[in-house]
Amino acid sequence: MSSGVLVIFDQNQGQVRHVVLEILTVARNLALGSVTALTFGTDASKTLNMLGEYGADQVLFWEQDPFTRYSSDGFADAIASVVPELDPAVILFPASAWGKDLSPRLAELLNAGLATDCLSLRTNEENRVIATRPMYAGKVLAEVQIDTPIQMFSIRPNINAAVPSPTTPVVLDIAPVISEDSFKAVVTERREVQSGVQELTEADIIVSGGRGIKAAENFKLLDQLAEVLGAAVGSSRPVADDGWVPHSYHIGQTGKVVSPTVYFAIGISGAIQHLAGISGSKYIVAINNDPEAPIFKVANYGIVGDLFQVVPRLTEEIRSLKAKN
Amino acid sequence: MKVLVMVKQVPDTATKIQIRGDGHGIVEDGIKWVINPYDEFAIEEALRIREKMGGETVIVTLGPKRVDEAVRQALAMGADRAVVVESEETLDPSQVAHALAKVAHDEGFDLILMGKQAVDDDAAQVGPMLAARLGLPQVTVVIHLDVDESQKRLRAERELEGATEIVELPFPAIVTAQRGLNEPRYPTLPNIMKAKKKEVKRIPLGSLGVDDTPRIRVMNLIPPPERPAPTILTGDPEETAKKLVQLLHDQAKVI
Ligand SMILES: Cc1cc2nc3c(=O)[nH]c(=O)nc-3n(C[C@H](O)[C@H](O)[C@H](O)COP(=O)(O)OP(=O)(O)OC[C@H]3O[C@@H](n4cnc5c(N)ncnc54)[C@H](O)[C@@H]3O)c2cc1C
Ligand SMILES: Cc1cc2nc3c(=O)[nH]c(=O)nc-3n(C[C@H](O)[C@H](O)[C@H](O)COP(=O)(O)OP(=O)(O)OC[C@H]3O[C@@H](n4cnc5c(N)ncnc54)[C@H](O)[C@@H]3O)c2cc1C
Repeated sequence: MSSGVLVIFDQNQGQVRHVVLEILTVARNLALGSVTALTFGTDASKTLNMLGEYGADQVLFWEQDPFTRYSSDGFADAIASVVPELDPAVILFPASAWGKDLSPRLAELLNAGLATDCLSLRTNEENRVIATRPMYAGKVLAEVQIDTPIQMFSIRPNINAAVPSPTTPVVLDIAPVISEDSFKAVVTERREVQSGVQELTEADIIVSGGRGIKAAENFKLLDQLAEVLGAAVGSSRPVADDGWVPHSYHIGQTGKVVSPTVYFAIGISGAIQHLAGISGSKYIVAINNDPEAPIFKVANYGIVGDLFQVVPRLTEEIRSLKAKN
Repeated sequence: MKVLVMVKQVPDTATKIQIRGDGHGIVEDGIKWVINPYDEFAIEEALRIREKMGGETVIVTLGPKRVDEAVRQALAMGADRAVVVESEETLDPSQVAHALAKVAHDEGFDLILMGKQAVDDDAAQVGPMLAARLGLPQVTVVIHLDVDESQKRLRAERELEGATEIVELPFPAIVTAQRGLNEPRYPTLPNIMKAKKKEVKRIPLGSLGVDDTPRIRVMNLIPPPERPAPTILTGDPEETAKKLVQLLHDQAKVI
């Protein structure tokens, strides 16, 4: 009888993304048995303390070649080869670029159903998992259930809390079968595009600008506000299309879907495709000189006014508030 | 290069989504259906490959009668011909991947291009599942693609969180397209006329022998939680900025 939860994720120099701690918490809360963590590559074992802090019962590190360089086909085949021995009821992945690349491939190899980008998981009376996930870019939420013996889910970052629950994990020694035909697609290089800048999908506060900003150089107003807030900077699509900011800034149905605590929409009208990407924000703050702008319909707080007047004053106010505290 | 492009028809992104009475699907009346935006990048990339290296661009789509419109548009962009898997049913990503794998296997190909995800259910699963099914390597969320025909290898740049990575792989392979890969062309009038004469092969889903039990089931669709009534400030910029900071600090307690 399958039991327990297998959590699969990537790590970098012994560091994991915050979503991994969130997923370990989700895994424990399912109360379906032991929680096993599996990660890869150089320094994988340096994550041990962190995994123990967040309640992993067992850990599995594949540190050596060929696991030092990510390969979707290689990793999927290797993981599939040890799943029968681990025999988990549930497999969880982060809904990151990495997790979304690997999890469907693994699901197909395991003949398992997979639900992508889940917001929350719970168990029903039969100990099956019910997941809530957005569809149509968050215009609808779906409750979904998976009918295969192994149930797979990828979990969206920044939605679930990460709650410590210290354990002393057992380090498992299970070697995968590595087939000669695998490891065809291999990562050969990594390029940081936003070094030092927070990733939007994981940011707690986002300052985002639209066409109301008028010109690329005016984005410095937002950079200054973001700096005092410790926030990440994003944008609407046309602004990224026009090259005022990199494509990676673009938020919305066809860009990044974000779920920060606070989202500042500055000079953004609030088109349906933009709103789809920000509906997971806890607080939306809109600054727009058009009182009829649709963004005000979804905002918690709004200022009707000229952003060129308001934003610098806002930055100053926050700076002096922070200086006081 | 023979390139297959998997194209899904989805509701236009401006669609207001309404949940059906039974809670299991959406109201489809009045929806404007379009090619999934990411699939347009895939079509464009296939056309550029053909323009550079010769060969054929074949559109493959699965769906009900309405998908003819998407097929016509893809052909008007310049694809050579299309294969439509006729299906009135709601399939899950794995079933779609199985059906597409059968078609791909029968057609033969050097490369399969698709979208990184369909903007209706946002599953982002069909590409990697199809790759696994066909036993081929994959690269997803691609923003730049180089094809080396003589070495039969691909070099792709894919987007991650705050970074990109280069993936090298042999083809045949599956590549899923992300915004930024290219600028899709608009159909020209002559191409719209020519598209009407292009071959569209129709295959009933039933003839492909796809497993008919889905693995994932929607039990219920629910509207997202309503947002509370907003507090809107108007007037002097200095005053409103001050008041906003106060509200965020004292009321929302977020700064
Ligand atoms: C298939 C498709 C997919 C799309 N996907 C996305 C997506 O993912 N994300 C996205 O954002 N868009 C997307 N769009 C585009 C979307 O429809 C809108 O066109 C876009 O979001 C508008 O961007 P904006 O709010 O920056 O610009 P506008 O709509 O032009 O709004 C600018 C706003 O700035 C305000 N303003 C002007 N001057 C000032 C000032 N001095 N002070 C204060 N306010 C000022 C104006 O009142 C206005 O409300 C998509 C469109 C299509 C067709
Ligand atoms: C839980 C659930 C609920 C569903 N509800 C509905 C519903 O209410 N209404 C409805 O019409 N359908 C529904 N479906 C079916 C669904 O629309 C898809 O056919 C299937 O789930 C594929 O997933 P996706 O569209 O998210 O594809 P993704 O995996 O996100 O698509 C990635 C790429 O795969 C290719 N692709 C995907 N589907 C096709 C296709 N049909 N033909 C050709 N290429 C394709 C495209 O290149 C696309 O860019 C549902 C499916 C599930 C799992």
